[in-house]
Amino acid sequence: MTTLTLKSQPAVPLEAETIMPDRFLGKTTAEIAALPVTYGNQSTTLGDWFTVNGDGTSDIVIEGDLTRVKQIGAGMTQGKITIHGDAGMHLGATMRGGEIAVHGNAGDWAGAEIHGGLIRIMGNAGHGLGGAYRGSRRGMNRGTIIVTGNAGNELGATMRRGLIAVLGDVGDFCGAFMIAGSIIVFGKLGARPGAGMKRGTIVTFQPPELLPTFRGACTYQPTFLQMLMQQLRSLKIEIAQNQIEGRYRRYVGDMNALGKGEILVWEGK
Amino acid sequence: MTLNINGVEIEDTFAEGFKMWGTRVIITAKNRKWALEAATKMTGFATSVIGCKCEAGIESEVTDTPDGRPGFSVLLFTPSKDDLPKRLMERVGQTVMTCPTTACFNGLPSDSMLSIGGQLRYFGDGYQASKVIDGRRFWRIPVMEGEFLIEEKFGMQRSVGGGNFLILGENGDVTLEATERAVEAMQKVRGVVLPFPGGIVRSGSKTRSRYKFLIASTNDAYCPTLRGNVNSALPESVNCVLEIVIDGLDLPSVEESTRVGIRAACIPGIRRISAGNYGGTLGQFQIHLHKVLA
Repeated sequence: MTTLTLKSQPAVPLEAETIMPDRFLGKTTAEIAALPVTYGNQSTTLGDWFTVNGDGTSDIVIEGDLTRVKQIGAGMTQGKITIHGDAGMHLGATMRGGEIAVHGNAGDWAGAEIHGGLIRIMGNAGHGLGGAYRGSRRGMNRGTIIVTGNAGNELGATMRRGLIAVLGDVGDFCGAFMIAGSIIVFGKLGARPGAGMKRGTIVTFQPPELLPTFRGACTYQPTFLQMLMQQLRSLKIEIAQNQIEGRYRRYVGDMNALGKGEILVWEGK
Repeated sequence: MTLNINGVEIEDTFAEGFKMWGTRVIITAKNRKWALEAATKMTGFATSVIGCKCEAGIESEVTDTPDGRPGFSVLLFTPSKDDLPKRLMERVGQTVMTCPTTACFNGLPSDSMLSIGGQLRYFGDGYQASKVIDGRRFWRIPVMEGEFLIEEKFGMQRSVGGGNFLILGENGDVTLEATERAVEAMQKVRGVVLPFPGGIVRSGSKTRSRYKFLIASTNDAYCPTLRGNVNSALPESVNCVLEIVIDGLDLPSVEESTRVGIRAACIPGIRRISAGNYGGTLGQFQIHLHKVLA
């Protein structure tokens, strides 16, 4: 295990995409400390900002308030990063494998455009969770993101595959322009969920305010949802049995787009 | 060498098994009743490849199913690799998809995969939708009841068909009882099914006939009613013979099934345990009774 402890809060964001198991593996403590990080317009090293302990393994633990440390785990393909504190923007963006666990909040664009792996945020997440960067055609494309608290706007926007589960509330435009994939929100959906979605699934347990371009279809018990719920249970998310076996009202849309997306609203047992 | 179990003679012979291709399907439903209904229908009329194009049976009840609902595991076998997807498509499409509340999952991880849900999805006429869950792709096919969920790909592997043994008893009652005991014991073995009704065959066959239009006919040497007419293989005290046919995903499973079945069948009133073979000239596998019981 490699432990990084933040020495002092940077005044401007630190671009720390080198903090990932792929870059740490096989390196000595000194080599890890020498890895570059960008501070404003200056080239610095990890050792300038963090106390580094342990040799390079695939298991990284980071301690401190990392609100201004960006891109932790971005692009990682393996291993695990555990953060005790808040994480900055772009956490795990474009990652392809491995796991990130944040015992705190995460900034905007966490898990943006990820292609695999698992991100667990025990606090709140910012805007653009699992979404697509401006100008990108696709957001999240495989992988799983779980947020114990709330999440911001444009969650899962333009996502193509994968699963996002939020136990709290989410902001506006959740699942906007979704191509496929699944979003499960246990709290409240913000305004205009699923706007422009082609395919994909948004599940909610609170009555949402739907766009007029969504049409009611039926009330039923979708078997695939039971599988998704079982998957979440295997990730230690507590889910009531009546949420697994319950009936869901299916709304299809967005009719302004392809119209093959769906918003499933839990109606109870 | 002679071998006796509980006073029952085990003939020094072997069962002749054949190469097959097999797959395992997990069928789930809202409750046990409907899962069993679909599994029963899917494995119906699948006793012998001679007349049914495939052989199938219910392997076991499954408690740890992919969707957490009650389920049953079904094994299906065909002699040819090309036939397996055809038979599976027909049976899943006609007996599982049509059955209320069911879903259908692959139960055999393998390097050789068959696109079953990937083909059956076209029944959705463009309204089908896929979900990738835990790296496995599933198809949601809209049906009048709601949705039929089926996994895209099912595994297949080289398997063994035609394992068998014969139970020779003093009378019909005791022979049936012994065979039922054997079936009950064999149903606890994973990886095998007994494709005939209740796992039992009363009309074993030989691979020839005096009639040109038949490729198989009654196994006259084991028919007690023909003892005076043919060169009978039956001891004088034997008045009934029942057979158990075994299909398995691999040879060790078939051998294990044979072993527990024979041991369970050796009860008072049973005179001999034998097996069906063609002199070792046709099948690729020889399951020697003495060897599996050793």
